[in-house]
Formats: sequence, C-alpha cells, structure tokens
Amino acid sequence: MVAAGARAAHRGSGPSSPYPHWFYAPAAVVFGVLFLVPTVLALYFSLTRWSIFSSEFIGFGNYAQFFQEPALVSGLWHTMVYAVVTSGLKVVLGMALAILLTSQIVARGYLRSVVFFPVLVSTIGVGLTFVVLMNPERGLINQALGAVGVDGPGWLTDPSYALLSVALVDVWKGVGLATLIYIAGIVSIPQEYFEAAKVDGASAWQNFKKIILPLARPATVTVVILSLIGGLRSFDLIWAMTRGGPGFTSDVIASVIYKQYQAGFYGLSTAGNVVLFVVVTAIVFPLWRFLNRKEVEM
Amino acid sequence: MRFRTIAAGALAAATMLAGSACSAGSLGSSDDEGGGEGGKVTLSLLVDNSEDTVRAGEQLAKDFTAKNPDITVKTETRPAGTEGDNIIKTRLSTGDMTDVFMYNSGSLFQAIAPQKNLVDVSDQAYNGQLDDNFKKTVSADGKLYGVPWGTFSAGAIMYNRAVYAKLGLQVPKTWADFMANNAKIKAAGKVAPVIQTYQETWTSQLFILGDFHNVLAAEPDFPDKYTKNQAKYGTDPAAVLGFQHLQEVHDAGYLNKDFASAKLDDGLRMLAKGEGAHYPILSGTIATIVANYPDQAKDVGLFAIPGTDAAKNGATVWTPNGLYIPQTTTGAKLDAAKKFLAFVASPDGCAAQTKASAPTGPYGVKGCTLPAEVPQVAKDLQTYIDGQGTSTLALEFLSPVKGPALEQICVEVGSGIRKAQAGAALYDEDVKKQAQQLGLEGW
Repeated sequence: MVAAGARAAHRGSGPSSPYPHWFYAPAAVVFGVLFLVPTVLALYFSLTRWSIFSSEFIGFGNYAQFFQEPALVSGLWHTMVYAVVTSGLKVVLGMALAILLTSQIVARGYLRSVVFFPVLVSTIGVGLTFVVLMNPERGLINQALGAVGVDGPGWLTDPSYALLSVALVDVWKGVGLATLIYIAGIVSIPQEYFEAAKVDGASAWQNFKKIILPLARPATVTVVILSLIGGLRSFDLIWAMTRGGPGFTSDVIASVIYKQYQAGFYGLSTAGNVVLFVVVTAIVFPLWRFLNRKEVEM
Repeated sequence: MRFRTIAAGALAAATMLAGSACSAGSLGSSDDEGGGEGGKVTLSLLVDNSEDTVRAGEQLAKDFTAKNPDITVKTETRPAGTEGDNIIKTRLSTGDMTDVFMYNSGSLFQAIAPQKNLVDVSDQAYNGQLDDNFKKTVSADGKLYGVPWGTFSAGAIMYNRAVYAKLGLQVPKTWADFMANNAKIKAAGKVAPVIQTYQETWTSQLFILGDFHNVLAAEPDFPDKYTKNQAKYGTDPAAVLGFQHLQEVHDAGYLNKDFASAKLDDGLRMLAKGEGAHYPILSGTIATIVANYPDQAKDVGLFAIPGTDAAKNGATVWTPNGLYIPQTTTGAKLDAAKKFLAFVASPDGCAAQTKASAPTGPYGVKGCTLPAEVPQVAKDLQTYIDGQGTSTLALEFLSPVKGPALEQICVEVGSGIRKAQAGAALYDEDVKKQAQQLGLEGW
C-alpha cells in the first residue's frame, strides 16, 4: 500500500494524489448538496420576488431595494460598531487575563475555568438572564447601583446604550475563548527569551512589550479574526436581548435580514444574506492577508 | 451564517417537495383511512400563546372530545406577533402545519396565500350561520376558508373608571378633551395618565391602528386609495394624526415611567390596580384582567380613540381570528378537522369559549348568546357596535396592505427617538415592500 502510494506520487509531472479520484466522491456529494447547490440557489432566489410557493424573476430589484432599506444604513453602522467594540475589548481583556492566568497566582486552574465558563453557556440563556439583570427598574444591576447612590441608565431600553450593553455582554461571554487562545500563545513562547531578558535586567513592562506582545502575535491575529467575524455576523445575542430595539437602535445587518425573512420577503432577505457574505469577506479577507504578511516579515 | 441560512433554505425546499409528494400519496390512499370506523383520530391544533387563547383552545378541545369520543385534539402554542407570522408561513410552506390552526383574519390571512394552502369550507352547513363582516375577512376569491375564533374586539382606550370617578372626569369625545383629562390626571399626581408597554412591541401600534375610524370618517375612500398607492400615511392629513398623537403623549410626559421595559401583563396590572389611567390596547385583553384581577375588572371601561370631530366619534373594530385547515390535512384527519370547525362555529363552540374566559365582545356566529354577566369593557364595546356609524372595521380588513415594521416605528415615535412625520414616512416605505410582494397594481 505504501509502495503503491509512493509510486503513484512519483507518476506524472504535476503534483498528484496518492488516492484515486473517487475517494473524493463522498465529501464532494456532501459539499455539493449542502453547500454548492444552496449557494447557487440562493444567488438565483436573491434575484426573484419569492413568496410562499411562487417566485417571479425581478433581476437586481431586491438588491436595489435592500440598499434603500432605511434600517440598513444604520444596521451597517451598528454592525461595525459592535464588531470593533467586541473585538477590541476581547483583545485587550483577553491579553490581560491571559498574562494574569499564566503568572504564579493562587488557584490558577480554578480561575482559568471560571473565565472560560461563560463560553460554554447557551447564548440565548445568557441573553435572557442579562435582560432580567439589566431591567431598569427591577434589575439587579441598577438596584446594586442604586444602593451606592448611582442612578443606573436603562441599559437595554435607552437608545444610546442598548447596542453597547449587548456588546458588553458579548465580551463577557466571549472573552474566555480569547483568554484561552492567548494563554496558549504565551505558554508557547520559549523560556530562553525570558531568561535572557532577566540577565539583561529587563523590567516586567519591558518583558511584556518586547517579548510577549510580539511573540504572541499569532494569537492576536486569531483572536482579532475570530471575534471580528463573530461580531460582524452576530445575531443570537442581540435578538435574545433587544430584538434590534428600542425601535431600530440596536439593529445589525443580520437582524435586519431576519426581519425581512420574518415578514415573508424571502427574496429580499436572501439578497441581504448575499450582501452580508460579501461584506464579511471584503473586511475579513484583506485584514487576514495584512495581519499574516506582517507576521512573515517579522 | 450565510451557509447555514442557505442550507436551511435548501432543506426547507427539499421538505416542501417531500411534503407535497406525501400529501399526493395520502390522497390516493384515503379510502383505507376512512375504513377505520372505530379508529381514534388525534388532531393537532396550533394557537398563539396568550393566556386566553390557550385556555379557550383547551376548553374547546375538551368539550369537542366529550361530543366526539373518537377524536382528541391536542393544542400546540406559538408566539404572537411577527414571530408567529413567520412560524405560520414557514410551517405552511414546508408542509409541516398542524391539522388545524388559528390565525388572524384580514390582511395577514391574505398573506398566507389561502387559495394554495387552505381547505375551502364554503360548502359546509355552518356557512349561513357566520357573521357577514367576519366572512369577508376569511374569504379569498369568493371562497370561505375559516370559522371565527374568539369575539369581535376593538382597538381602543381601556381606562380606569375609579380614577375617572375620583377626579370627576368625563369620557372624552375629542383628542383635545383626552389630553385635557391627561393633564388633570398628571396634576393629581401618582397615577400615570397613559400606559405604554414597548417591551412587547406590538402593543405600541394602537394609537395608529385604532385611530382608523377617525381616518375613515374624514376620508371615506381612504382604504381604496391606500391599496392603489394613491394615499399615504406620511402625506394624508387625517392619517398622520395617529403618529402625532403617539408623539404627543410621550412629549407631554404622560407615559408610565417604565414604558420602555414594561410588557403587556405589566400594563394590564397597572390599569387594573389604578396605577395608570388609560391604556390604548385591544379590548380582548380584558379577559386577562378578569382572570387575574377579578375584583378590579369592573373598574375597567373602554372608549374609542378620540379624533377631531366629537360628532363622528366611534371605535375601530377587529373581527375574530379564524380557525383554518391546511391542505396538508387529508383523509380521516380532514373529516375530523371539518367536524372540529363545525363545532367551533356552533353555539356549543361559543359556550365552550365562554366557559374558558369571559367573552369580551360579540361572537361571529349567529345564535350565540352572551351571558348576563359580561365585563364592563364588553358592554361599552357593544354600545359602539350597536350604534349607527359608531364602528368601523380596522384598515387591515379593508386593505391587504400592512407593513411589517409598524411596531418598531411606533416604539421609536412613542419613545421620542423619531418624529411623528418621519415615522409616518418611514412606514410608507415599509408598506411598499408588502404591496410589491403581494403583486398589487400601482406599486
């Protein structure tokens, strides 16, 4: 078997696989049926006015309408704000927690699991719990603030706070994963660097700035990309907590699309999904290229 | 995200094919199913999850089984509002609907393509027994598809009579009188003049939807022009008033303090206990007050949302919801489902609903009587319905055009996020999508 594989690999000029092509068939069928066909169908249906049973071809009408959607412009802006805020906070807090949790502290293993625990909890559950906690009149948060004499805002009901409140909950829930990635990144830095720095008499801050920060770069890239993609297409937490409200003040692209679908505008919402795909790709792909190129140059 | 959504869409499409194939097959084999004379049939029934509906559904199921021991009816619930619309549409389009289901009449009924999805019941004996106004709202192309569930109700202002008696107020006939009452209530302190509950977004729409009697009084041809895209909320002087009223009560500081986070049940509690004076809401919700605060229910009355002209004062009325059979119900289940509809559309069906919760308005079936003891709200509503020209069907029964985002727009206008005029214009944009989806002329 090994010999046959080796022979096959040597045959011909271009790179060839040791396996016959029909080995790909099962995976190709699954990929084709579950991904390729729906993608093509989605592209087609995004060009139609699609009701429950019939569809009428209307060209790019849905796209024109989607871009005229008043909620869309604000939705795009909210999506950007949400993605940048959650991604940024996860990088900063994740890094800080990871440094804390890789140092010699008491109950390190326990604290690591506590930080990671929210990641394991259902998003909807977290959302509904925080809706209760953030209730402006009866919620625990404002009652606690009231006890120390602070008049807490309507976290989810005040239009200027709603989106940021949801973003904070997202950070609370997601920072554990960022911390985990950073811990892995920091632990994998060879001890020799730190020993050499110690010999040179480097301070803790210099250690952080000159060793941890640059050498944990792959971890940073992963955290930024993952949390940015997560933030751009975030939906479940926002829907569980505010449903895009009050009014449209915490609507993101995904919830705008979902509402179109809810209203029975299937063609329009499919067009919205195609737009969302393009937007996410357009932001994340160049960013990924940029961050990885920097790594190579280093 | 995108792949998942698309995959779900493809799955839905595949199930749709499978579903239609199935029903075609079972049509052919319906003879064997009919053979099971002594066979038990279980019907599934989908209703919305409000307390009153669930109670009514269970009581109807119980009383129906008592009369037809071979058929049991199991109720399932779904959310109300746009989320419920979505569930109904998805289950219908994937062939996954329950054997019988309850859903709105009027424009929402038209939006689920009744000709393609529902079983025609025009030939049933109860056809002649149904209220004519109701029949119009569950018919398409001259065919009848549903029977009435629940009672007629009004989109009006429920008010606390104890507060009115204490402050010596009169039921207002014009908007100016209403605002004057609010000023007095606010000046007396403690009681919130107007209750709003924006956490449950659908409750925000009543100042607009319930104002339709006033719109029609000013412009009798509004529904027709509206359907043809010739009249708009943003530009019509009578129609835009509803949005302005919504903004006025917020700007004047008349709302309860927790209006942004309160829900329907909170609003009803405030009204029953006299913590709030006025609550613009559907009159059917009085059943919840009767169930939860039986001693205070007599303190709650109803008046129509006042307009500009006291002489033309009147209420905007909603017809009962409908009970429908999807075309996916076949064979023995279809026969059983038809029997269930006949039961609901009979005086026995009305009696079962009355047993479940106090009726809050007239039923849609001729021969149904209301008990002697009805809530004050039902009495007040009856006066409007009996009067000459003092009631109008809501716009959603006269025109198929209704935008899906009205509730969010109302929350914005009613919370001071958006101005009334801008809100009305935004709603006109929203409506356009629905009209195009329905393929109406002139859009």
